[in-house]
Amino acid sequence: MLREITLGQYYPADSAIHRLDPRVKLFATLLYVISLFTFRSIAGFVVTTIFLAAVIVISKVPFGFMVKGLRMIVIILLITALFNLFLTPGRTLAEFWIFRITEEGLVSAVKMAVRLVYLILGTSLMTLTTTPNQLTDGMERGLRFLKALRIPVHEIAMMMSIALRFIPILVEETDKIMKAQIARGADFESGNLIKKAKAMVPLLVPLFISAFRRANDLAMAMEARCYHGGEGRTKMKPLRYRKQDGIAYAVVIGYFAVMIAVRVLV
Amino acid sequence: MSIILDKVHFTYSPGNAYEKHAIRNISLKIEDGQFIGIIGHTGSGKSTLIQHLNGLIRAQSGAIYYNGEDIYDKDYDMKKLRQKVGLVFQYPEHQLFETTIFKDVCFGPRNQGLNTKEAELRAFEALRIVGLPQELWYQSPFELSGGQKRRVAIAGVLAMKPEVMILDEPTAGLDPKGRDEILEQLVRMHQELHITIILVSHSMEDVANYVERLIVMNRGEVMLDGTPRQVFAYYKELEAVGLAAPQVTYLMHELRRKGLGVDVDATTLMEAKASILQALKERKPKTPL
Amino acid sequence: MNFIEARKLVHEYIRRDEEGNVESIQTALDQVDLEISQGEFVAVLGHNGSGKSTFAKHLNVLLSPTEGSLWVDGKDVTDGDKLWEIRKNAGMVFQNPDNQIVASVVEEDVGFGPENIGVPTREIWSRVDKSLRDVGMTEYRSHSPNKLSGGQKQRVAIAGVMAMEPKCIVMDEPTAMLDPNGRREVLEAARRLNREKGVTLIWITHYMEEVVEADRVYVMDSGRVVMHGTPREIFSEVDTLKQYRLDVPQMTLLAHELRQAGVRIPRGILTRQELVEALCRSY
Repeated sequence: MLREITLGQYYPADSAIHRLDPRVKLFATLLYVISLFTFRSIAGFVVTTIFLAAVIVISKVPFGFMVKGLRMIVIILLITALFNLFLTPGRTLAEFWIFRITEEGLVSAVKMAVRLVYLILGTSLMTLTTTPNQLTDGMERGLRFLKALRIPVHEIAMMMSIALRFIPILVEETDKIMKAQIARGADFESGNLIKKAKAMVPLLVPLFISAFRRANDLAMAMEARCYHGGEGRTKMKPLRYRKQDGIAYAVVIGYFAVMIAVRVLV
Repeated sequence: MSIILDKVHFTYSPGNAYEKHAIRNISLKIEDGQFIGIIGHTGSGKSTLIQHLNGLIRAQSGAIYYNGEDIYDKDYDMKKLRQKVGLVFQYPEHQLFETTIFKDVCFGPRNQGLNTKEAELRAFEALRIVGLPQELWYQSPFELSGGQKRRVAIAGVLAMKPEVMILDEPTAGLDPKGRDEILEQLVRMHQELHITIILVSHSMEDVANYVERLIVMNRGEVMLDGTPRQVFAYYKELEAVGLAAPQVTYLMHELRRKGLGVDVDATTLMEAKASILQALKERKPKTPL
Repeated sequence: MNFIEARKLVHEYIRRDEEGNVESIQTALDQVDLEISQGEFVAVLGHNGSGKSTFAKHLNVLLSPTEGSLWVDGKDVTDGDKLWEIRKNAGMVFQNPDNQIVASVVEEDVGFGPENIGVPTREIWSRVDKSLRDVGMTEYRSHSPNKLSGGQKQRVAIAGVMAMEPKCIVMDEPTAMLDPNGRREVLEAARRLNREKGVTLIWITHYMEEVVEADRVYVMDSGRVVMHGTPREIFSEVDTLKQYRLDVPQMTLLAHELRQAGVRIPRGILTRQELVEALCRSY
């Protein structure tokens, strides 16, 4: 069950999106996220949908694979949608007991749900088409100006890429620990909140200990391979803009301009 | 008293690109009080199989009966099953979490609903059986050696008083002495407590010396099932699927081919020794097979 | 001078309480003398906790000696200026295959070492290509390490070390977490590098079968070197090895048992072939 989270995973494929410079993808994701909160009308929604659908098709990542990552989000989504549905004042559509559904509530619930789904689809598309290393490379280069402010950009980027590499490993390990404790009669499901929280201890302690051990081992292995921070480091895959990156920038800025135009005009 | 598996079938992520058959139509009967070895290499389905036996994984088709009761029956108490069929996973690090070893061993019995006193009595007994020195009992389980951690993990399951005990690779990563100690411990437990023991391993040599029945898994199916002698007679078939028979089996066959009248079915070192000595005493080479 | 030379090497793990007072001292290495020449395949054998891993970590300066001295490739390990040079020349592969792979794509992981020592981009690629080929992992170069088997992950780790072009590889229990097929796969890959590229191979293990083909074996117990010789010499001492919580290969043990029962066969038999021949000669 836990194994099926696709968020933050890389999906190997050979597509135009995969080949783009990570800086382009980061920038595009940023603009895309902002654009999600600009649209008010159906027109904006249509433009975003077309843009997202086109990018997904070009990326060659199977849609089913992406959707699997959404499962965990559905709960958050439902809660948010329910809040919007019941708590927005406006013209009443239906009413029962203390609940009241308003037209405004319905619209904002749907909007919220669509935004969240699109947000996750868009951002996970970035991680699915960019290896964590490229991603952190992109951030490192893109945020290089922060170095002047004594922010250790390289180290932060390295930490992120390692975190991403170990997420699937730790997820699998959580699964194994859970099974080992269930075999000893542990119960992770029943009881009230306090009882459930207490039941997590036999899961979390081994998980933390293992994570610390892994961190320790990894630090040693990295040191053994002469890792000593970003100083004097070369790159196997240095970032260099190519023609398609320029085109991609143009497309993304074009999309954003359209979204602004739709917002202003429609 | 027995476990019966009837055409048990399980597939990981059915219906998408990652679909993988884990076990296919497995039918088995595990008799009460047997000492069984399950052998197969990584991905052969042996881990999936054992997780079915205590209900951690639910088969997609087929049935499992524990003492004549269908464990997939709606009213069947899975918690009870897990207490009867103890499962010790490969890495003790995955289950140790308490501040002291003693408390950790109490975890299982407490989950069974026993009161503190009863649970402590169980822990006391279990730790004694696995032979962990008493001065260690109130120490943190995290500072133990690999072999000792494994003992504590075994005690943690043993304290639940299971009727069947399954151990997944209990000797992985241990040094030779540590390995022998754990295996001998299991033999003692089997003899003294009369519990069924199922030992999962990928080492033929380890298993051949101890078990009375050997189940060989390959690609999610039971490939061979019998006494070690019967199973290793198929050493050529075993080799074809990348599982070697014990060195002794090869040796005996080679000696026979050279004309020495040894028993080719010998599987353990001691059997081989006796047979070779006997053959040398006769000194009259038999005709090769 | 030998490629690796240890003289009276001592390492103590010192545990301190909160105020910094010494709580306990554990001697992990005790007066270790050892030498290894360039191109050798040397195995270090010992049970868990015998000090063999502590020793291995000194070769890469992950640990520093408390007393005594250690030279790697003519450089004193306590000389801080030589640290990176030593690490580059003595690559290390560890026990847990997951905990030493840094990148999420095989080829990027192999390139990690060369990146750290400032190898130009073009050369990183040629080194990565070559290293992956040497361990037979080229076809997996764009895979995620999470999808590989244990043996394959360890081969990636070896390639990652080879890409730094070291003179020596230290394998610190590289097979302890693998199944028999994985073990064989890793041992063969490492031995091929030793034979064909002349890389010094230091193999730390407690599996007897793996050291049969080594040039020399050191046996460690409680931080000391207690035995030293060719595999044949070492495995002739079945009873001594047992005393050190170790074993001998099955065929050696059987030969030993037969000898004790009065069969006239030579000491130190290592393989099945040797035993068959010896037995055929004896009747």
